[in-house]
Amino acid sequence: MLSYLLLALLVLTIAAYYAGLAKARSFAAATGPHKSHHSLAGYHGAFVAAWAGIPSFLLVVLWLLFQGPVVDQLLIASLPVERIQNLDAGQLNLLVSEIKSVAKGNIFGEPDEVVLAAAERYNSWNAIASWAMVASVLSLTVVALFVARSMLAPRFRARNHVESITTILMITCSLIAILTTVGIVTSLLYETMRFFSMVSPLEFFFGLNWEPQIAMRDDQVTAGGAFGAIPVYIGTLLIALIAMMVATPIGLYSAIYLTEYASDRLRAVVKPLLEILAGIPTVVYGFFAVLTVAPAMREFGELLGFSIAPNSALAAGGVMGIMLIPFISSLSDDALNAVPQSLRDGSYGLGATKGETITRVLLPAALPGIMGGILLAVSRAIGETMIVVMAAGIIAALTLNPFEPVTTVTVQIVTLLIGDTEFDNPKTLAAFALGLVLFIATLVLNVIALTIVRRYREQYD
Amino acid sequence: MQQLRIGASEMLSTVKPSLAESVAETKITARGISVFYGEKQALFDVDVDIPKNSVMAFIGPSGCGKSTFLRCINRMNDTIPIARVEGTISIDGRDINDPELDVVELRARVGMVFQKPNPFPKSIYENVAYGPRIHGLANSKSELDGIVENSLRRAGLMKEVQDRMNEPGTGLSGGQQQRLCIARAIATSPDVILMDEPCSALDPIATARVEELIDELRETLTIIIVTHSMQQAARVSQRTAFFHLGKLVEESETNTIFTNPADPRTQDYITGRFG
Amino acid sequence: MTEIAAESMRATHDWSSQAARRRVKRRYAADRRLQFYGIAAIGTAMALLAILFTSLIHAGIAAFTTTKVELAIFLDPTQIDREKPAEANYRKLVRGAFKAYFPDVTGRSQERELYKILSNGADYIVRDYVVANTDKIGQTVKLLVPVSDPFDQLYKRIIPRQIDALSNDRIILFEALKQQGVLSVVDGSGVAKTTVYIDPSKVPLEGGLEAADYDAMVKEGLRSLFLNEYSRSYEEIISDAAAGNLKALVASDPSLVGKTIDVELPLAANYDNLLLAGQATMRNPRFSSDDEFAWFDSLEERGLIANPFTWELFFNADSRFPELAGLMGALSGSFLALLVCFLLSFPIGIATAVYLEEFAPKNRITDIIEVNINNLAAVPSVVFGLLGLALFLNTFGMPRSAPLVGGMVLALMTLPTIIVATRAALKAVPPSIREAALGVGASKQQVTMHHVLPLAMPGILTGTIIGLAQALGETAPLLLIGMNAFIPSVENIGLTQPAMALPTQIFSWADSPERGFVSRTSAAILVLLGFLILMNLIAVYLRSKLERKW
Ligand SMILES: Nc1ncnc2c1ncn2[C@@H]1O[C@H](COP(=O)(O)OP(=O)(O)OP(=O)(O)O)[C@@H](O)[C@H]1O
Ligand SMILES: [Mg+2]
Repeated sequence: MLSYLLLALLVLTIAAYYAGLAKARSFAAATGPHKSHHSLAGYHGAFVAAWAGIPSFLLVVLWLLFQGPVVDQLLIASLPVERIQNLDAGQLNLLVSEIKSVAKGNIFGEPDEVVLAAAERYNSWNAIASWAMVASVLSLTVVALFVARSMLAPRFRARNHVESITTILMITCSLIAILTTVGIVTSLLYETMRFFSMVSPLEFFFGLNWEPQIAMRDDQVTAGGAFGAIPVYIGTLLIALIAMMVATPIGLYSAIYLTEYASDRLRAVVKPLLEILAGIPTVVYGFFAVLTVAPAMREFGELLGFSIAPNSALAAGGVMGIMLIPFISSLSDDALNAVPQSLRDGSYGLGATKGETITRVLLPAALPGIMGGILLAVSRAIGETMIVVMAAGIIAALTLNPFEPVTTVTVQIVTLLIGDTEFDNPKTLAAFALGLVLFIATLVLNVIALTIVRRYREQYD
Repeated sequence: MQQLRIGASEMLSTVKPSLAESVAETKITARGISVFYGEKQALFDVDVDIPKNSVMAFIGPSGCGKSTFLRCINRMNDTIPIARVEGTISIDGRDINDPELDVVELRARVGMVFQKPNPFPKSIYENVAYGPRIHGLANSKSELDGIVENSLRRAGLMKEVQDRMNEPGTGLSGGQQQRLCIARAIATSPDVILMDEPCSALDPIATARVEELIDELRETLTIIIVTHSMQQAARVSQRTAFFHLGKLVEESETNTIFTNPADPRTQDYITGRFG
Repeated sequence: MTEIAAESMRATHDWSSQAARRRVKRRYAADRRLQFYGIAAIGTAMALLAILFTSLIHAGIAAFTTTKVELAIFLDPTQIDREKPAEANYRKLVRGAFKAYFPDVTGRSQERELYKILSNGADYIVRDYVVANTDKIGQTVKLLVPVSDPFDQLYKRIIPRQIDALSNDRIILFEALKQQGVLSVVDGSGVAKTTVYIDPSKVPLEGGLEAADYDAMVKEGLRSLFLNEYSRSYEEIISDAAAGNLKALVASDPSLVGKTIDVELPLAANYDNLLLAGQATMRNPRFSSDDEFAWFDSLEERGLIANPFTWELFFNADSRFPELAGLMGALSGSFLALLVCFLLSFPIGIATAVYLEEFAPKNRITDIIEVNINNLAAVPSVVFGLLGLALFLNTFGMPRSAPLVGGMVLALMTLPTIIVATRAALKAVPPSIREAALGVGASKQQVTMHHVLPLAMPGILTGTIIGLAQALGETAPLLLIGMNAFIPSVENIGLTQPAMALPTQIFSWADSPERGFVSRTSAAILVLLGFLILMNLIAVYLRSKLERKW
C-alpha cells in the first residue's frame, strides 16, 4: 500500500509540474515573446510540483513515524484495566508483542479472549490509520497543486520561489548532520540516565567487577548486578596499547622510508597496497585474527613454553595494529610532506646525512602532525568493534597480561545488545552507558587530534 | 641609453675598493660544468675561477642557472634525483667529487645560505649548534657553547639574541632569521659560503646588515652570492659573473662588468633591457 | 671583524684524522640503519597483507566447489503425485537410491551411518528438481547431490582421517611412565598404578562420603607419581571415570577413609590407545566409524564423486549445514541496504555540501555544522548502531533486522564521506567558471546547478562510491539493529523483511562451529573483497578518466 501511495504521489507531482508548465506557456502564448514575464515556464512547473510533492511527502514520513507508537498507546489504553494493572513494563511489552504477533496471524498456543479481541482492534485501527493516511495525503497533494497553480501569473517570480524552496531544502539537509549528533547524544544520554537510575554511577565508573549477564536472571532484575566497568576500560586500553605498539613503528618507519628514501616506482607500488590494507572491512580482520593470527600465536607460545589464550589481547590488539598501519603511515606521510623543502635543504646544506636530517629536523618538525595522527589512531582503536568482538574475550578480567583474554567497551556493547533487546533492564541500558563513554572518549581524542593537526598545518602554510 | 649609462656609473661609486686583487689566489676552479635536470640541460659548459677571500656575485635573468651552478659547488644537486652534473669543480685544488672526500665533509666546509630564511623549528641555540653537533666538532658542552656564541657574534646577532638563546629560531624577525642561518652556516667553520639570494626576502635595513656582514666575513671566507639586485652585486662583490640561458657569458672584476662589459648581452642586462 | 674570533675559527676540524673518518662512517651507518628500519617496516606491512590474502584464499578457495555424489534415482510415479510433486517422501527416494550402491550394508545402525555421507539438503535438491521437471516422473535420472560437510572436507583434504592424539612431549611423558612400570594393561584396558590417600578432610560433614572430593584425591595421587615435575596438564592422562571408580570403591568399604590405598586408575582414551595399540593417532572424531571411509572410498573408485564449481554459494539461502549455505540472502540484504543508503546519503550529502560550499554565509551555525560533520566522520560505527537501535527501532518502532533501517544507519555514516568528497570536488571547480556564468546573468543557483555541479560530478561520484564501499563492509551497526537474522529462505526479500548483510553473514558464519563454515566464511570474505575491489576500481577509473585537471 505504501509503495502505491508513494507512486501516486510521484505521479501527482509530475502532473503538477506539467500543470504549472502548461499554464505558464499559456501566458507566454497570450503575451507574446518571453520578455514580458519573469521566469521561465519550467520554473512555474517546478514551483507547482514542489508544493504538490514536498508537504505531502513530509506528511507521509511523519505519519509513518508516529502511527506505530500512537496505535500502540491506543492499544494499551484499550486493554481491560484488570488485565494490565498488575503487569510491570516488561510484561506489558510482552503482552503487546503477543497481540501484535497474533494480529499478524502468527498464533502460538491458545491466546486468550482479551488478546484476540485486542489483535482484532489493532488490525482494524491500523487499517483505518492507513486509509486515513492515503486520504489525507492525496487530498493535501491535490489542494496544494491547485492553490499553487492558481498563484501563477505572468509576473509571478516563480524562479525566486523555487530557489527559496531549494535553499530551504538544502538547509534542511545540512541540519541532518546536526540532527544525527543530537540524536546520538540524546539517545545515549537518555538511556544512560535510565541506567544510572538502576545502577549507581559510582559503581559503573569505579567498580572492579563486570558481570552484566547476572542481571538477566528473572528474580534479580536489578539486584546486586555487577556493573563495575573498570576491567572493561582496562581491557580496551590494553588492546589499544598493543595495537598502537604494532602500528606506530611500522606505520611511522614506512612513512619515513616512503617520503624520504623510496624511489617513485616503489612509492607507486607500496602506497596503493597500504591503501588496500586500509580498505579491508574490519570483520575481515576479525576473521583473520581467529583463522590465522591467534592459532599462530598459540603455537609460537607453546614453542616457547608458555600458554597464550586463543582469544588473547595480543592477537586482537596485534591484528588491530595491522588495521591501523595504513592510517598511521598516511597521516605521518602527510605530516612529513608538510615540512617545507627549505628545512631539508638547510640541513643538507650543513652536511647532515639523510638520516640525521630525518631524525633531527624532519621528525621534530613533523611531530605535532604525527602526534595528531597517533591520537586519531588511538581513537580508532578504542572505537573499533568487529576485530575485538571476534578475536577478544567476553569475560571482563582485570589483567594487564597480553596473553590472557580481556574484553573491551565495544565487545560489551555488542554482546549486551545482540539478540532481542528489552529497554527496561540494566543489561541493555549498560550498553548505552558504555556507548556514551566511548562516544565522549573518541570525541575528545578527535577534537584534540584535529586541533593539533590543524595548528600544525597552519604553521607551514 | 645615455641616461642609463650614467645610472650605472653612479652605482659604481658605492663599490668598495677590492682588496689584494693582484695577489688573488684561486679557491674554487670549475671546468666544463654542465647540469641536466632529466632531459633538460640547465647549464652549458661553465668554466670559472673564484679567488680566495673575496666575494663573487652571480647575476643573470631568472632561470638562467645561477642557483643550479651554486648548488654544484656543495653538491646539493645530489639531493635532486633527476639532476646530473658533468665537469669538475675543485676547491683548494681538490676535486669535490673525489671519492675520498665525503659530501658530508664538503658541505660542512662549504656552507650555504638560502633565499628564504629557513631556521629549524628549534631554539636559536640548537639551530646554531646543529652543524657542530652532527659533525662532532665540539668535545664538550663548553666548547659547543663557545662555537655557538662565536658564530652568533660573527653573524652580528649575538647582542640581539643573548638572552633568548632557548627561544625558537622561528620567532625572530626575517632579517634576524637570515643572520641566524648565516651563523648556523659559519658554525661548522667553512671556508666557503654560498648564498642564494640571501636578501630577497628582507627589507632594506635588514639587507644592509647582511651586506655588512658579508663584507666582514670576506676577510676569512670565500663567498659566492647570487643576487638579482645589481646594486647589491656592485656593493658587496669584487668579481661578478653574468649567466644567461645556462651559459656563463662573462666573468670579471665587478667594476669592469658594470662599466665596460665585454658582451652585449651583459650590457643589455645591466642596463635593464631584459631580465 | 675581530681578529680573535677569526683566530679561534681557524682552529679547524681535522677532517682527515682517524677519529673524524670513523665518525663519518658511523653517521652513514646510522643512516643506513634508518633506511633498513624503513624497509623492514614496509616489508612487514606487505608481508602481513600477503599473509592475510593467502590465508583467506587458501581457506576460501575450497568453498567455491562442493563435493557431490551422483545418484541414479528412479522417480517412482507411485510415490510422486504428479499433481503435488512437492509432497512426496524424497528422503526415502534419495536414501533408496544411495543404498542401492551398497547392497551389502544391512541393519539399521549401519544404514544410519551410511546416510551420514549424504547432505541433509539432498532431499530438497531432488524435490526442487522434480517440481521443475515433472515430465521426468517415471524415469530414472542422474542427479548430483552434495555430501555432508565432513566428507566434503575430507575429499578436499582439509581434514584428515586420522589425527594426532598426543603431542610429542606427551608421548615422552608416556614413555617415562611406562619405563617406571606405572602403566599396565588390566582386563584389556590401560591403567596407571599409584597410591591414593583417602583424605578425611576432603569428606565434608554434610553429605558424607557421597559428597567427598574424589577428584582432588585422585589428583593428589597423580602428583605423587610425578613428584616435583608435576604439571596440571598431566592430569589429562587419567580418564574422567577415575574419580567415580574411587567413589564406588570407598562407598563399598567406608573403612578406607584415612588410609592410603593402592589403586589402578583407568587411562584416558588416547593414552589407552597408545598403550594398547602403540598408536599415537586416532580416527578423526568427526567420523563415527572406519566403515564410512570404506564406503566413501568405494564411491570415489566408482567415479561417483565429483567436485564441481558451486553456484549454490551465491544462489542458496543461509543454512545451518555448511555444504548448503549460500550468500543469496546476504547479497540481497546488502544490496537493499546499500540502495537505501545511496538514495538517502547521495542527495542529502550533495545538498549539504553544495549549501555549505556555495551558499552558506560564514557564520557560527555553519561553523558548527562543519565541526559536526568532521566529528561525525570519526564517531565509532558501533555508536551509530546504538543510535539506530534507540531511535529507529525503539522510538519510531521500525522493524528489526530490516534493510531499510540498516540502510538508514549506513546513510548517516556515509554522509560525512560524501559531503567531504563533494566539497573537495566543488572547490576544485575554478572560480572563473562561476564568474563566467554569473556574467551572463545566471542566478547563483543556476550557476551551481548548470555549471559547477556537473563539472564536480565525477569527483562526487568517486567519493560516493568510496563511501558506499565503506558502508558495504560495515558490520557493527548492522549487528546492533539485528541484521544478522538467520534466514534460511530467500522468498521474503523486501525493505522491511528481516535480512542479513554480507558482513554480518561473515560474522555469523565465522561464529559457527562446523568445520565447513571456515571455508564458507573465507569464501564470503573473498566475495565481499571482490565487490570492494570492483567498486574501488570504478572509483579509480572515474577519477582518472573523467575528472578534469584544471
Ligand atoms: N629541481 C629541478 N628540477 C627540474 N628543473 C629544474 C630544477 N631546478 C631548476 N630547474 C631548471 O633549471 C633551470 C635553471 O634554474 P635555476 O634555479 O638554476 O635558475 P636561477 O638562475 O637560479 O633562477 P632564479 O633567479 O629565478 O632563482 C631553470 O630552467 C629551471 O626550470
Ligand atoms: Mg635561483
